[in-house]
This record gives sequence, C-alpha cells and structure tokens, in this order.
Amino acid sequence: MKELFDLFRAFFTIGALTFGGGYAMLPMLEREIVSKHKWATSEELLNYFAIGQCTPGVIAVNTATFVGHKVKGVIGGIVATLGVVAPSIVIITIIAMVLQNFMDIAWVQHAFAGIRVAVCALITASVVKLFKSNVKKHWHIALAVVAFVVVALLKLSPVYVVVGCAVLSFIFGKKVQKA
Amino acid sequence: MSEFLTLCVEFFKTGLFAVGGGLATLPFLTQMQEKYGWFTAEELANMIAVGESTPGPIGVNMATYVGFATSGILGGLFATLSLVLPSLIIILFVAKAMDKYQQNPLVQNMFAFMRPAVAGLIAAAGFSVLKIALLHQADTFLASISWIAVALYAVLVVLLHLKPLKKLHPIVFIAVGAVAGILLQM
Repeated sequence: MKELFDLFRAFFTIGALTFGGGYAMLPMLEREIVSKHKWATSEELLNYFAIGQCTPGVIAVNTATFVGHKVKGVIGGIVATLGVVAPSIVIITIIAMVLQNFMDIAWVQHAFAGIRVAVCALITASVVKLFKSNVKKHWHIALAVVAFVVVALLKLSPVYVVVGCAVLSFIFGKKVQKA
Repeated sequence: MSEFLTLCVEFFKTGLFAVGGGLATLPFLTQMQEKYGWFTAEELANMIAVGESTPGPIGVNMATYVGFATSGILGGLFATLSLVLPSLIIILFVAKAMDKYQQNPLVQNMFAFMRPAVAGLIAAAGFSVLKIALLHQADTFLASISWIAVALYAVLVVLLHLKPLKKLHPIVFIAVGAVAGILLQM
C-alpha cells in the first residue's frame, strides 16, 4: 500500500512540474524515479522512451505505466498513470473555469517566459548527463547525431529513428557485440 | 448524454492512434473541431498556448480543456481518462512482454542501438524548446534573439553544474525562472 502511495505521489509531482510536456519531464523523472526511489535506471528510462515513441499515447503516460508496472504490477501501472494525469486535470479545469483570460495577464506571461528558459536549462543538464552515460563509443555518437538531425533538422517523425535502429540492430548487432 | 459518449469515444480514438505523443494529438483535435464544432479554431489555438505553458503532458491538457469546454468538470475528467486508457492497456501488455524477453540477446541488442538514438531524440526535443524560449518573432536571426533569456539560460546552466546545487529539486530552478521572468519583464 505504501508503495502505491509513493508511486502516486512521485508521478503526481512529475505531472505537476512538467512544463512543456513530453521529454521536458526527463529532469523530474531522473530526480524522482532514478535517484530518489531507484525504481528504474536511467538506461531503463531510455528503453521506455524508445518504446513510447512507437506506441500510441502520450510519452509521459507511457513512461508512468511502465515504471508503475515494474514496481507494483498492473495496479502500480494504473496508479502511476492516474498520478501523472491528476495535476493536469485539476490545473486545467481551474484555468478553464475561473481564469478565461489567464494567459493574457502580463505577469503570468513573464513568469512563463522565465519558466521556459529554466526548463531549457534543466533539459540541457539532463541531456549532458544522458550523453555521458549512454553515448560512449563512436557508433553511439553516430546514432545520436543522425537521430538529432533527422528529427530537429529534417523534421521527420521519431518513429522512423526508433524503427531504423531496430533494423540496424538486427543487421549489425552481432558485429557490435564482438567489437 | 450521447454527446458525452461521443466525447469519450473521440478521445479514446485519439489516444489509440496518436503515435509519438504531445502534439501528435493535434490533427485529431482539428478533425473534432471540424466534425462536431465543440470549439472554434481560435479556442483550439488558445488551448495549445495554455497546454504548452502549464505543467503536464500537452495531450492530456488538451483533453481536459476540450472535455471541460463541452461538458463541464465530468467532461474534462472522462475525456482525459478516455485518452489515456488505450495507451495504459497497450503499455501494460508491452511491459509484460518486456519482463519475459528482456534477457533475449536480440532484444538487448535492439535497445543498445535505440538508447543512443533516443538520447539524440531528447537533444532534438530540447533544441526545439530552446528555440521557443530564447527566440522571438523577428525578420533576421540576430534581431530575434532574446538576450535576457540567453543570459538567464547561461546562468542557470552554470548553476546546474555546480556541485552543491546539482542536488536541488528541479522545482527550485523552475521557481527561480518564474521570478526572474517577472522581475526582468521577459
């Protein structure tokens, strides 16, 4: 029971603090899931992200379901998922209800402009950490650079990158393991 | 009641077919707008703005907002639950399969190839947030740079790499960003 409560609380925190959606949750995930509760390693998080790219649904929700399932089975998956969406439901309902022109208030706009910059800095720090632990060999660097170019510059869907990597692993997997 | 049911069905479909998360829900919302007229195109644009700057996954925020706009608090709740239900079910199955096949060398190889690429994907996502946060609309690239934002970004990145501050909760940095944004009139 305590574990379920911890799961809900951790994912509620993540949902409440993830500005910008998707990968912006990475700094929060690392803090709550990897370093604080040790429910998953940062490697496992990347595995979950890879799967989340090619399955339907919001990445944050997919990751919550995965981690919850790992900790406490099906119930854990459901509890973690409800935890990650609960803050959005509350916050957005309040905004929709009381503050029709919420985003027009000047200081709210200033605050969000500052928050966006802070989120960028947090993501930068996470990306640096991620590269240090997961991008070590030459072919790792090549894969990371190609993935970046395909999505950031060529504007193609990340699905192609993930599927492409799966295909490459079948072709070159054995060679790389020996090397 | 029947509109309520339609709402749930539409968001269930969105959750089932929007692959890639976040703004992948957008084409489905546009379609809903054209088909049912639950909200105007302008309202949809506002929703995206609110969804992008409030915490939480964008797709979930959009579902809550549209649900509330059409059927009140319960509408928001059920639209959101309908959206996450398909991925919840699918991921539970995938997670079960992962438990079974995680030690399989083929699967391990596959993830060994995917992890560096996903690191690149996350860097790309960070890059797109960076563009939104540090640039504003202008004719030339140089004129579009918001120097206050760049300075704040640089300060925060340096702070994040200092040993004693590394352990701080990310919320501290988000709060600092909000206060700096208000004080500097960003």
